[in-house]
Amino acid sequence: MNRELKRVTIVALLMFLALFVSATVIQYVQADALASDPRNSRTLYESYSVERGPILVGGDPIASSQPSDDDYKFQRVYSNGPLYAPVTGYIPVNGEATGLEQSVNSYLSGQSSSQFFDQLNRLISGQDPMGASVEVAIDPVAQQAAWDALGDYTGAVIVTEPSTGRILAMVTKPTYDPNALAVHNGAEVQATYEGLLADPSDPLFNRATGGDMNPPGSTFKLVVTAAALESGQYTPQSTFPNPASLTLPGTDAVVRNSGGGTCGGGAEVTLADALRLSCNIPMAELGMELGDAAIREQAEKFGFNTEFEIPTVTEPSTYPRVLDEAQTGLTAFGQGDVRATPMQMAMVSAAIANGGIVMNPNLVDAITAPDFSPLQEFEPAEFGRAISEETANTMVQMMVNGVENGAASNARIDGVSVAGKTGTAENGEDDPYTLWFTGFAPADNPQYAITVLVEDGGGLGQEGYGNLIAAPIAKQVLEAVLNT
Amino acid sequence: MTDRTGRTSEAPRSSGPPTATVRRIRLPQKLRNMELWLLIVACIINAAAILLVQLGAMGRIDTQLVLLGAGLSALVFGLHIAMRFVARDADPFLLPIATVLNGLGIAMIYRIDIADGESGWESASVRQIVWSAIAIVAAIATILLIRNHRVLFRYTYLSGLIAIVLLLLPLVPGIGREVSGARVWIGIGDIATFQPGEIAKIALAVFFAGYLVRNRDSLSMVGRTFLGMRFPRARDLGPLLVVWALSMAVIVFQRDLGTALLYFGLFLVMLYVATSRLSWVVLGVSLFVGGALIASQTLDYVGNRFANWLDPFSPERFDQEFGGSYQLVQGLFGLANGGLIGTGWGQGRPDITPVPQSDYIIASLGEELGLAGIFAILALYVLFVARGFRIGFAGQDDFGKLLGVGLAFVIALQVFIVVGGVTRVIPLTGLTTPFLAAGGSSLVANWVIVALLLRLSDTVRNHPRLVIDG
Repeated sequence: MNRELKRVTIVALLMFLALFVSATVIQYVQADALASDPRNSRTLYESYSVERGPILVGGDPIASSQPSDDDYKFQRVYSNGPLYAPVTGYIPVNGEATGLEQSVNSYLSGQSSSQFFDQLNRLISGQDPMGASVEVAIDPVAQQAAWDALGDYTGAVIVTEPSTGRILAMVTKPTYDPNALAVHNGAEVQATYEGLLADPSDPLFNRATGGDMNPPGSTFKLVVTAAALESGQYTPQSTFPNPASLTLPGTDAVVRNSGGGTCGGGAEVTLADALRLSCNIPMAELGMELGDAAIREQAEKFGFNTEFEIPTVTEPSTYPRVLDEAQTGLTAFGQGDVRATPMQMAMVSAAIANGGIVMNPNLVDAITAPDFSPLQEFEPAEFGRAISEETANTMVQMMVNGVENGAASNARIDGVSVAGKTGTAENGEDDPYTLWFTGFAPADNPQYAITVLVEDGGGLGQEGYGNLIAAPIAKQVLEAVLNT
Repeated sequence: MTDRTGRTSEAPRSSGPPTATVRRIRLPQKLRNMELWLLIVACIINAAAILLVQLGAMGRIDTQLVLLGAGLSALVFGLHIAMRFVARDADPFLLPIATVLNGLGIAMIYRIDIADGESGWESASVRQIVWSAIAIVAAIATILLIRNHRVLFRYTYLSGLIAIVLLLLPLVPGIGREVSGARVWIGIGDIATFQPGEIAKIALAVFFAGYLVRNRDSLSMVGRTFLGMRFPRARDLGPLLVVWALSMAVIVFQRDLGTALLYFGLFLVMLYVATSRLSWVVLGVSLFVGGALIASQTLDYVGNRFANWLDPFSPERFDQEFGGSYQLVQGLFGLANGGLIGTGWGQGRPDITPVPQSDYIIASLGEELGLAGIFAILALYVLFVARGFRIGFAGQDDFGKLLGVGLAFVIALQVFIVVGGVTRVIPLTGLTTPFLAAGGSSLVANWVIVALLLRLSDTVRNHPRLVIDG
């Protein structure tokens, strides 16, 4: 009997061995994989059990975690939610986070590798784990001014600091309240989200850095002018034929200037006047002479066709890859298939203001651990040189002329020299225009680069134009920030 | 020690007078003192677990449950004192192990109650404490009433009958109750209160042991050899086929795969130990696997369990409303959440998993105590089962040996079936984790097993080999 008993003992031991092994496999080998399963609600609750770090503007929280009595120990609260929605984004209990909540999540949640020892210390010392705080570059005065100035228009305003790339204001409209997407009821979040998604005005779009992008219209003439001056074959005084209409080669498409007639008077027009008065025909002629490769090269030096991390990932503005002559002519005044975000156009203006150097746009100043030790400081970073300092200086003067006695006159501010360029972009045949203004001030010592985008013709269909609607918004914002 | 001489005279195989040497080797008070110390440690662990649950889940101490736990500890010490009189040579490890497992179970059930907002006499933890008290009283009664396990040998066939009746009870209209698909409960009114199948496993062990001791010669000696194994005659296949049919009936009519596997596994192991014929095991395993495969094809609930086992993470299985893998996967998430050292008492989320206090209590414990805690709990079971097998090795009479092995193995097999199901070693089947899981019938059955093993171990030590060899 004992021989059999021994065998049964071995069988019993093997059974227990199987349990030891299986428990080890689940709790050690597969633990991380199981934790990252999207259906694992424990991981979600876990992420809420840590007091998520706040997002701060000028020291005041625009997103913070307040104690909550339910399964999730903390409730995310967005003070002034709609105003800062394009900055903070939101973090829902179901689904994916957006904005900074997503892009700096590892810091906010305390999971970044640089916080490992900090969290270990807190664990040992019996403190609850806590995420790092994120201080953004946004200037609350600029943000509020941009919000007020944009009014009820559909569009966006972005203000940057030309020398650093810091984003001082980022407003988009229509927008949403991230608090409605941070409630702890998954079904409610889903319903709210689907409602926003189905809204024809697309409130979830961040029109400053993405959304359904618009043709940049005449603001793109800055890029073409820069390409021309950089080529060394053109100066502001270079002249172009000045007809009242231009049929693009190989097509029936006819290009007209915005006024309908010639660009100023005379048989020929200078590059400086073409930019100042924002004429399409000379620009189309210039563009076709330069060729699409030169324009594309210049556009990409300004940041087109590049995805930026601010640290939220932005959609790249596009200059198309292959173009024939007629299409090149269209892109030369920002039509055709060229598309741009306000952030991209702000980068163009900021580079001109910054002596030709493009700075990487950046929304975050510093990330600080709960014990106030810095985890990450954001130093200004160059994207690259887009144009020479000489070209930049020339273009500053051309843009100042555009505001002082050109097509961007409504951006004029008494006592301050403003540089700017308007744009009025066509969409479909009968669709309302997209209105633009991009520029900076003060022109002699640029502190603020601003770009305004107004979609749907500002409610005026094809009657609205950049100088009528977008330029005054820029003026109002610049006045607010320059007076502080 | 005064009654030793009297008892040894009962022993059929002992011969020769006890010697002075034996007297010095046997130091029963030492065993009981060791048990006392281990019990004190066990009670400290249990009290600490309850307090940590309260601090972890509520952030304050609630004396009511601590007092109830203290009352339970008093009962355990009552059993210990009873053994000082009637089973002073019994194994010193069995009682402390059962006590610690029972206490950890109560602490975890209590922790789930807190998460669910249950308290007072309606809560599962208080009911578990009451049932534990009943179970320990039953154990004390068992050890007081059954002074010699060979009494049970006389009731072999009565035990078999009792087992059958207990198994059939849930199928009787009026008192049978169905809980989450399995018809294994009896109850009064709407409340399912008792799983007679748990008690039946003891009756079955007694019946198998008695029956096999009586009939093992015919079961092991005759038969023809095939492929190097001696297979039994067709007419000796009867008992095996009866138990197999019984297991299949449990699968089909009570929809309880785990219990069927438990009974059949118990029978096979005892049959093998009694007859030394591996052919019985081969036949039995083939029969059961065949039956289970047919069941998995024909019975939805069995098929679901196999499908969940093979591919729990597929969205179809996870989202299936009835019989899907949601519970299995949540259990795995819970275990993973525990990791190596666990979240700590009251710090995890075991309440997310369905039935975290009964079938899934091991996953709940694994989440809050981690892999370390699971290892410790499994080690306690290993030790418990090893002490049971030890009775089998050291036993003097075949009935006692078989019964000891059967009772120890049934605990091992039950742990394997339920923990193996939770950790995906085998398909998940509903069974209680011995001593840990919420459930009165399971507690009573397992504490009676403790009492029987204590009684058997006492008998073994009362007849040391030295006496026989001498």
